[in-house]
Amino acid sequence: MSAAIRREDFIDRVREHFNTLSSYLLSQLNVDEELTINVAAEESLFVRFNSNRVRQNTDVEQIGISVRLQSKGRTVEKSRSLGGNAEADRPALMHLLAQCRDEVAVLPLDPNQVSIENNGTSSEEFRGTLLAAEDVVGAVVSPAAGCDLAGLYAGGIVIRGNCNSKGQRHWFATETFFLDYSIYNGPQAAKGCYAGARWSSAEWKSNLGRTQTLLALLAKPQQDVKPGAYRTYLAPRAFADLLGMLGWGALSAAAWKQGRSPFKKLAENETRLSPLLSIDENFALGLTPRFNDLGEMSATRLPLIEEGALKTLLVSSRTAKEYDLGANGASEGEGPRAMDVKTGALAEADVLQALGTGLYLSNLHYLNWSDPVSARVTGMTRYACFWVEGGEIVGPIRDLRWDESLYSALGSKLMALTTHAEIDPAVDTYYRRALGGSRTPGALIDDFSFTL
Amino acid sequence: MLSISIPHEQALQRALQFTDWAAIRYSSETTTHRMVRNDRPESNESSLEEGAMCEVLVGGHFGYAATADLSLSGLQRAFDRAIATTRATSAHKVHAFTPDQRPRATGTYCSARDRDLDALSVAEITDCLMAASQAMRLSDLLVNRSARAMLVQTQIDYFSSNGSETRQSFNMLDITLAATAAEGLESQTRSWSYTGQFGGEAFDRAIFQENAERIAREALDLLRADNCPSGRMDLVLMPDQMMLQIHESIGHPLELDRILGDERNYAGWSFVKQEDFGHLQYGSPLMNVSFDPGRAHELASYDFDDGGNRATREMLIEYGVLKRGLGSLESQVRSGLPGVANFRSASWNRAPIDRMANINLEPGTSSLDELIGQVEHGVLMRTNRSWSIDDYRNKFQFGCEYGQLIENGVLGKVVRNPNYRGVTVDFWNRLDGVGRAAETHGTAFCGKGEPSQIIRVGHASPPCLFRDVEVFGGLS
Repeated sequence: MSAAIRREDFIDRVREHFNTLSSYLLSQLNVDEELTINVAAEESLFVRFNSNRVRQNTDVEQIGISVRLQSKGRTVEKSRSLGGNAEADRPALMHLLAQCRDEVAVLPLDPNQVSIENNGTSSEEFRGTLLAAEDVVGAVVSPAAGCDLAGLYAGGIVIRGNCNSKGQRHWFATETFFLDYSIYNGPQAAKGCYAGARWSSAEWKSNLGRTQTLLALLAKPQQDVKPGAYRTYLAPRAFADLLGMLGWGALSAAAWKQGRSPFKKLAENETRLSPLLSIDENFALGLTPRFNDLGEMSATRLPLIEEGALKTLLVSSRTAKEYDLGANGASEGEGPRAMDVKTGALAEADVLQALGTGLYLSNLHYLNWSDPVSARVTGMTRYACFWVEGGEIVGPIRDLRWDESLYSALGSKLMALTTHAEIDPAVDTYYRRALGGSRTPGALIDDFSFTL
Repeated sequence: MLSISIPHEQALQRALQFTDWAAIRYSSETTTHRMVRNDRPESNESSLEEGAMCEVLVGGHFGYAATADLSLSGLQRAFDRAIATTRATSAHKVHAFTPDQRPRATGTYCSARDRDLDALSVAEITDCLMAASQAMRLSDLLVNRSARAMLVQTQIDYFSSNGSETRQSFNMLDITLAATAAEGLESQTRSWSYTGQFGGEAFDRAIFQENAERIAREALDLLRADNCPSGRMDLVLMPDQMMLQIHESIGHPLELDRILGDERNYAGWSFVKQEDFGHLQYGSPLMNVSFDPGRAHELASYDFDDGGNRATREMLIEYGVLKRGLGSLESQVRSGLPGVANFRSASWNRAPIDRMANINLEPGTSSLDELIGQVEHGVLMRTNRSWSIDDYRNKFQFGCEYGQLIENGVLGKVVRNPNYRGVTVDFWNRLDGVGRAAETHGTAFCGKGEPSQIIRVGHASPPCLFRDVEVFGGLS
């Protein structure tokens, strides 16, 4: 059997391949054609665990490339997976380009087309120290011996690259891992996530230990909480879940203009949120590249909500062109990529006392708009959630359904944010490992509505 | 779509020197998205996902490595990675599997279609989408009029060291028209979808225009409608909402990998226990639910799953009693329960897991008028808009785009923001009427798994009547 390819080689190999193919493609353009090229690649090991044993292990090596041709006022985009061999991939890409040209010839004019610009160059590479593939399982399961652990380890290299026919060129490569997991005591569970660029057995044991402490609290007598309105503490991960709904059209300028935004009242200054709430896009968190698929750079820090007032929506250049707005480097989906929520004044040690009597929620689950015009969201409690009385945890609850307007939960009902915040790295693995994440504090909310 | 020739025999022969069994699943999928919005082209994109999943059985453990390098050396490198990692992990395997979980299979499958998608021109598609967008232009209040089509052509070829060779070719469509009417701070959206294994025959300009005009009119009606009333009342769900109800509260909880705990850390567990099969009164005696991979044009029809298991129609629930789970041969041997051929992967770079396919509620005997005629006070709901259910698949809350009140057996005025909530088994036992005319729907976007996968599912159902359900409207 051949020797395993060293991880560093993958970054070098993909960079060289991208440079070779993109230079070739750009040299083949006609005078009336402009081209944007993106590459997304990964070399990842995925190991799925159940009962602290391995359910499935999958090695994935993939390179995907997309080309966006703009010509004669028309826009066509095509992408494909690449084998990594220049001799085979070059004609495959020329075929893509030919297909784009065929479609340009028959499509109607695209009046919202954005001219391709040179938005500069950037290059960032973050090397990590990851476990060898053969060592992952032992490193995960040994400290968790005796635990009923389920979850996913994903580790390896993730690459994003961009260039265009105006000379723009961006490169981002990072070598990271995450272990997104939960541990169980029968039907009760506590959730944890250990992520980083350097695997440390001591850190993993410590992370697991904190989750075990949470799980131990679930052994207290279960509480039967009836539907109603309760003062509620959302731990940072739960608050991140709630704020994740802002990525479902709430902060999108296109959604606002097209009548689809749950934050229409906020966008039109008909209401405001709590002065305690300030949210930025903060690329200094280093979770994701600043450039989008057009290679446009967002500001390192972009205030979105400042003391409850909307500062700006996320505006892609296409939306800006259609509605005569100012673009701010947003991706075409116009969702936050690096959301950073300003911390508050509530110390972690004082959370239970400030909560008094109510619910402590570690995680939320399966959120969706239930009444978009009212910014009303429904979802479930999940994992370690407790009934609290007199500042003391009494016991775990059965899962509850909640239904609450963000105008209220992030407005008049928001009582405090904590002094501590936690980074919630993106652990999405649809199609490929995602980049990004958020940093959020915990939130104390009054009269949060539970319905079932 | 034609299969390409990959050197599978040589790669399998070499892999077999180091494994107890090996397979290659070649997959090529072209997905084209076209969208027109407000009479202008919004996007014209396509992607080709092509690669191979190399699968090995080492020490009783199945492991995988994916590559897009389809040369012999590329496949060999992927096998080397799969073998090395699987050898290291097999000591910690969740179950000791054998090649019995990968039966020898040979055959072909091809989606039913009258006209191949390749024969459809870009201009024909654009013309239908543009016609739909223009047909929705009934009022300046219709601020967003979109027409989109997703065309998917998939080829899956599966070869194994024990002689399997299956070749399956799929043509799939997902067409969605949507009209949003807005005035002041209020807005309402109405949509129409057409989803399944179809060919170019689906692009019928007249049908696009007819449905576009209807949903635009209904969006304007919703803008002026009252909110859906709140309270306990009877509920008639139309097939385009039944689809979601079946998917979330029958399909997912019956997946054996969820019941076995594989999915606990992501989508969740299940309220269904292994001992419930054969006993649990899941719903009323009117409830009959099938797994039917052989229904022409339904989105998740196929002849073989991705483990080479031949797919056949099976009853999951009969007369309300739970009979069978949605579990592959791996889950069946782990649980000792009967299952189905549903070991499916979303792409060349994902390992198969237990997935829904076509899960259908079998037709009953009532006409829609007869169902409505049985309701003294209630609401009829159409077209899913919002969905949420807990990680055990008990407590759900679903919302629809369009509601109509029913009073004394007569369908009445339109209401907006109709929602309902309930608990799965209690809800299905409230089933008191099943229509005789089923419609087939589906979604191309069912998410599950670690690493995660988006897969296509189909759901056929007639309209159904449920008694005494908690219904509510919006705040605006």
